[in-house]
Amino acid sequence: MSVFVARDYSLIGPESQKAVAAGLASAKWYAPLIPRAELKELMQRKDGPAIRDTLIWFAALFLFGGLGVYFWGSWAAVPFFIVYGAIYGGSSDSRWHECGHRTAFKTKWMNDALYEIACFMVMREPEVWRWSHTRHHTDTIIVGRDPEILQPRPPDVGSLLLNIFALKGGPIFFRKLFLHAGGRLDPEEQTYIPESERPKVYTKARIYLAIYAAVILACVGFRSILPAMLIGLPSFYGAWLVLFFGATQHLGLAEDVLDHRLNSRTVYMNPIFRFLYWSMNFHVEHHIFPLIPYHALPALHEKIKSQCPPPYPSTITAYREIIPTVIRQLREPTYYVRRELPPNASPGPARAAPAVAA
Amino acid sequence: MSETWIDAGPAKRVGAEDVAPFEHGGRQYALYRTADDRYFATDGLCTHEQVELADGFVDGTIIECPMHNGRFDFTTGEAKGAPACVNLATFPVKVEGGRIYLKIDDWSP
Repeated sequence: MSVFVARDYSLIGPESQKAVAAGLASAKWYAPLIPRAELKELMQRKDGPAIRDTLIWFAALFLFGGLGVYFWGSWAAVPFFIVYGAIYGGSSDSRWHECGHRTAFKTKWMNDALYEIACFMVMREPEVWRWSHTRHHTDTIIVGRDPEILQPRPPDVGSLLLNIFALKGGPIFFRKLFLHAGGRLDPEEQTYIPESERPKVYTKARIYLAIYAAVILACVGFRSILPAMLIGLPSFYGAWLVLFFGATQHLGLAEDVLDHRLNSRTVYMNPIFRFLYWSMNFHVEHHIFPLIPYHALPALHEKIKSQCPPPYPSTITAYREIIPTVIRQLREPTYYVRRELPPNASPGPARAAPAVAA
Repeated sequence: MSETWIDAGPAKRVGAEDVAPFEHGGRQYALYRTADDRYFATDGLCTHEQVELADGFVDGTIIECPMHNGRFDFTTGEAKGAPACVNLATFPVKVEGGRIYLKIDDWSP
């Protein structure tokens, strides 16, 4: 009878060395063949869609935040703050993501400006997460290499539940903020943030702390937590939306494969979710071609879907797979969902993960 | 230093405002053509993680790496922001008789 040995998901442990030795680090990933002219068309940048979406986004923030302030002191404020929190602390995740790739807008400064704002809202230090996400794209769900694996196997359900309100991630964020403001990185961050970029990490951590200090001072001055309800706390009470969308990306799928069709999900979502999530529900497509802007992902999906496993028809369908998988992994950590490629699809360079599959 | 111009093929193999790969002597290069028909050449691999730039996206005089969106000005090789932090080598290019020639013994880091 084999004994399961839990894997080390840190970036500085033995799994990291094993991944390098196995050729899983910085490896060549599967990509479908698309004529260069079509790919070039899909990669074209536009300002229009993101300016429209950003204006609506800020208008919604001001509207629901304003109504929350107006009704402050009564229960009527609650629904407005729920929506405000979801926009501020939840949908800022997709804005951070798209602008981090600098694909949302054609104009570079617009990407960079929204990136900085959204990073603060979703409690992600801009420089740290730029480099963390770079590694996530190089080594997607490669154990010991990817710093953005949502859950290990077996899953830590306690942390998942706490992160509905960022109660696990939030304290880690603040601990690191103080570390960085003091001019230091933790050992894992040192593996993916180059020396030349580290001063920016320290400077921005100090700016973040100054903003939080100003919010606390405002709360003391006004003898009210209302300022923090508008800036700071929404990152916690709106974090459920980050988890709600983010769990659909990779949770429960294969580790250590070099094929995004096998470790990522594309999920059809309704227009409101698509707006809040900026079409990151086309996650297989995004990972295969990260240069393609969010507004062109549906068109990319149409071009490559014959080469991919069937998309999930709805968010509910995805969760009907994710939740039982997470529960099963608690008692059977080697279990994962095996995505089936269409019969005529190229198998790509995927490695079969040595574990039990559905 | 001797002048060695390498024939990199027909100029039309590089589309307008686009990039194409070229390999010579075991080294990869990227050839560029701007919208106004100027030609340039750089190292073929991104200085960040050695990804082929010929699969990337050309926007004006910027080449964007296909893997991590690192950006370089291909007319100078200058890295334009994280994760591209190290400049690209550039190479002189000329077009004669409808063909691109690359001078690879005279490069700038």
